[in-house]
Amino acid sequence: MVYRKISTVISFFVLFLVSASFAGEHFVPITSYRTGPYGVNGAPAANGFVDYLKMVNARDGGVGGVKLAWEECETAYKPDRFIECYERLKNKGEAGATVFQPLSTGSTYAVLDRLAVDKIPLITMGYGRTDASDGSVFPWVFPLMVNYWSLSTAKIKYIAELEGGLDKLKGLKIANVYHDSPYGKETGPILAKQAELYGFDLKGFPVAHPGIDQKATWLNVRRYKPDYVVLRGWGVMSQTSIKEAMRARIDASKMVGVLWSCSEQDTIPPGKASIGYSCASMINPGTNYKVFQDIVKYVHDEGNATGPKEEMANQQMYRVGVLMGVMTVESIAKATEKFGNKPMSGEQVRWGIENLNLTDERLEKMGIKDFIPNFRVTCADHEGSAPVKFQRWNGKSFEPASDWISTDQSIVRPMIEASAAKYAAEKGLSSACN
Amino acid sequence: MDWWFFIEVFVGGLLSGVMYSLVALGFVLIFKASGVFNFAQGAMVLFAALTFVRLLEMGVPALLTMAITIGVMILLAIFIERVMLRPLVNQDLIILFMATIGLNYFIEGFAQLIWGSHVGVLDLGVDQYAAFEIGNALINKFDVWAALIAGSLVLVLSLFFRFTVIGRALRAVADDHQAALSVGIPLSTIWVYVWSTAGIVALVAGVVWGSKLGVQFAISTVALKAIPVLIIGGFTSVPGAIIGGLIVGCGEKLAEVYLGTYIGYGIENWFPYMLALIVLMIRPEGLFGEKIIERV
Amino acid sequence: MIYRESGQFKTTYKADQAILPIFQDKVAMGLLMFFAFVIIPFIADDYWLSSILIPFLALSLAALGLNVLTGYAGQISLGTAAFMAVGAFAAYNLQVRVPEVPFLIAFIWGGLCSASIGILFGLPSLRIKGFYLAVATLAAQFFIEWLLTNFGWFTNYDSSGVITAPPLGIFGFAIDNPLSKYLLVLTIVVLCAFAVRNLARSEIGRAWMAVRDMDIAAEAIGINLMKTKLLAFGVSSFLCGLAGALWAYIVLGTVEPQAFDIMRSFEILFMVVIGGLGSVSGAFLGAGFMILLPILLNNLGSIVTGSAISTETIAHIEFMVFGAFIIFFLIVEPKGLARLWQIAKEKLRLWPFPY
Repeated sequence: MVYRKISTVISFFVLFLVSASFAGEHFVPITSYRTGPYGVNGAPAANGFVDYLKMVNARDGGVGGVKLAWEECETAYKPDRFIECYERLKNKGEAGATVFQPLSTGSTYAVLDRLAVDKIPLITMGYGRTDASDGSVFPWVFPLMVNYWSLSTAKIKYIAELEGGLDKLKGLKIANVYHDSPYGKETGPILAKQAELYGFDLKGFPVAHPGIDQKATWLNVRRYKPDYVVLRGWGVMSQTSIKEAMRARIDASKMVGVLWSCSEQDTIPPGKASIGYSCASMINPGTNYKVFQDIVKYVHDEGNATGPKEEMANQQMYRVGVLMGVMTVESIAKATEKFGNKPMSGEQVRWGIENLNLTDERLEKMGIKDFIPNFRVTCADHEGSAPVKFQRWNGKSFEPASDWISTDQSIVRPMIEASAAKYAAEKGLSSACN
Repeated sequence: MDWWFFIEVFVGGLLSGVMYSLVALGFVLIFKASGVFNFAQGAMVLFAALTFVRLLEMGVPALLTMAITIGVMILLAIFIERVMLRPLVNQDLIILFMATIGLNYFIEGFAQLIWGSHVGVLDLGVDQYAAFEIGNALINKFDVWAALIAGSLVLVLSLFFRFTVIGRALRAVADDHQAALSVGIPLSTIWVYVWSTAGIVALVAGVVWGSKLGVQFAISTVALKAIPVLIIGGFTSVPGAIIGGLIVGCGEKLAEVYLGTYIGYGIENWFPYMLALIVLMIRPEGLFGEKIIERV
Repeated sequence: MIYRESGQFKTTYKADQAILPIFQDKVAMGLLMFFAFVIIPFIADDYWLSSILIPFLALSLAALGLNVLTGYAGQISLGTAAFMAVGAFAAYNLQVRVPEVPFLIAFIWGGLCSASIGILFGLPSLRIKGFYLAVATLAAQFFIEWLLTNFGWFTNYDSSGVITAPPLGIFGFAIDNPLSKYLLVLTIVVLCAFAVRNLARSEIGRAWMAVRDMDIAAEAIGINLMKTKLLAFGVSSFLCGLAGALWAYIVLGTVEPQAFDIMRSFEILFMVVIGGLGSVSGAFLGAGFMILLPILLNNLGSIVTGSAISTETIAHIEFMVFGAFIIFFLIVEPKGLARLWQIAKEKLRLWPFPY
């Protein structure tokens, strides 16, 4: 009892002290994970995110003349820690938190119901709850650019490209090696649908978490003798998969990984086994874009880098973190267009995200042309259906393996709407778009 | 029935089982000599591997790295003996067990605090992907090499326990702390020996596992798999650790491949435990362990 | 001087057998209940309620369950989180298939399912003991996690395997804001705590403690080992199942197997060890410690050095501090924080005299 009372008092005092700041600024909460099994991916992402924010402050003086402020909170990839961070940070800053980016599907699900009550939007680009792409049912969630199902269609298109056309898919054997978790199982139905549509044979091979011992799985895969292997890993699983694939004499060039199995953490440890491995990415590989030169000039050269400077060139996840920063800043910028140059609240930023329209001019102005594709968000389409790039590991770095491949919304959209409608019926919601 | 495939699965399972027994060896050592089930063995494997790989990354030559890491593990053993074992002499086994769980957390945090948590690539100069091709079956060369190392380690340790003075002293200590003390066996010195040896075994296991999987936090969860190995082989038997490891490795792979097609994949996680449970019900002391005698 | 029993005479057996026989204890408990039910709703804000107090209460319930099993009955269990998962999924499944069922019934159903699974995995305890038994519970942990992840039936065939918990409501009142959730959880936990305290003082409780101390001797004096051990598993799993349902429904809002992994089991074991094995207040003290410490470290870190310590370092230090505290408590006071509190109370009774 004694301990608890003392720590309670200290915490109150401490929290009071910490929260007495961030006036007159847009507040960006950064719920990162630098520890735990996914910390190796989360840390560079957080570094990239913060570096971008610092750069925007230094180069542009913030957004609309109002600076950006942020605070990091460690979630260790656990939903309950994320909720704690969320509750702690949601009211910080003059107008409250602008937008959250959990970088975790589990946390997305955990916080869903609170968003409408607290009026704070959530950006879950490339992950999260797929059917939230239907903005009429999920007004506060934005799986921007691409969601799990859209990416799946792009993957099949890429494989078709490698084979020489969609008609060549018929009769192929595709193995889906996935992490045995909700994240991993998400693409099961859509792959099955595409298998039906294009006539290829599909077999799923779950890998038990955390996936450091996959020998048996790959023996099974070897027995199946697939033409292509789709790898849906995250964290330590991906690199082990690549290694075991080589041991099972399945060449890396036959493996196509998802967005989240596409970082140096996955390709460097297996060594030569990764050469030829290709995987999906929301961004163009390399650092030859103005935004990175600006980060070097305004942040790194000033000695203000958040993490090791080499991460910019060496870590895909760092550049994904920059992308996260881009999304947040663009949303705030769009919101200030309508609501004026003052600290933006979550509700205002929600409007901003929903009306995002990244044109060539805007991309050019922010220095991110060619880094990301253009896309636009509407009320009904919270995803924006951006195209995806595939990159290939050559032993030292990622190089482009394809052009921007668009996703096949004709397959994806009906499934999303059906799933969202089911959710709406369960909860008794009416359409949020008119 | 594809026999070559079966052989591949079977032998592959045996080889990975040997890797488990490497970790289990450390457990057996400590249990045999101090009666403590050292839950922190996994963390020790991680710590040893991290120290080794970071020193290599800094450019220290391999032999010197090995020597320094062994020194570090000995220091760790001294530290553990001082801080944890001495105050808990003759306490309930449960208390000691839980203390090692605490130690596990402590060492994990400490290792990552000092050495950072990014993955360390351990290249031992052995090609990970080369394999013997026997018929249609692929037998990985690295696994065979690891098995040989583990095998020789087991041999050395068995001989050590049986034929040396220190070995006998260790067995005496495992039997009864107080009796050993009264006979004049220096408890603290023995404990330092044991934990250092376990530390060195952890280092070998860490190096082997680390080069296979990459040196990172996930390695310490491998230690959990060693528990069924111990149950099946018996907590106090060094050869038991090997046999137990073989059974677990083999059983796990065969179950995943053959049973998995029927009831769903991902069985690997719990199959060894179920196996251990069955062994426990039939023969509680494991295949090679000493019979548990309880006095009321 | 205030904490004296002299002058308090019991005139009926009933009065003598009360849970809190000393008048000052009754007053203290009354004040605590008043504080928890009435004062806290006024002074606590959303953050404290939903991020600290509610998880604290839910985890204390789980720690209470584990305390029954490990503290009173002496059977080590490393599968607590699996039993929590069973409770959560059972409650969800009942509500999804029979929507008219009020959620309290669903929670109790979750607890009962968990109890039966607990008894099933407790069967090995009749043959094995000590940390061999811990292995059996580890088997339960991994097996149940696999079962719930791999068979779509449990998650109602949702494509991602993560389901959102249905909204709660009682007699027309919706329970959707942190305050009402807090009061609900508080009521459930307080009731369970008193129940466990009573159980511990009863014949069953004494049988458990006898089995814990020396089960062969207990059998020799006529205690039915099977019934006692299985009952311990059953009651413990019931409480853990209830805690799991609370955790899923109220704390997280989702029901997913990953929230109930082996790390959670260890966390609850730590709570019980640090708080004190075999005491009800120990469960609460331990849970409070485990929940507040990371938050304190997080805040302290950023205050002391103004964000110069990375969150990663703080997380590693957290691990180290947990481990160090566990070892510290086991060396200094194996009976945990609860015993320290008891010693303080005893000193208070003698104060101002030293003994």
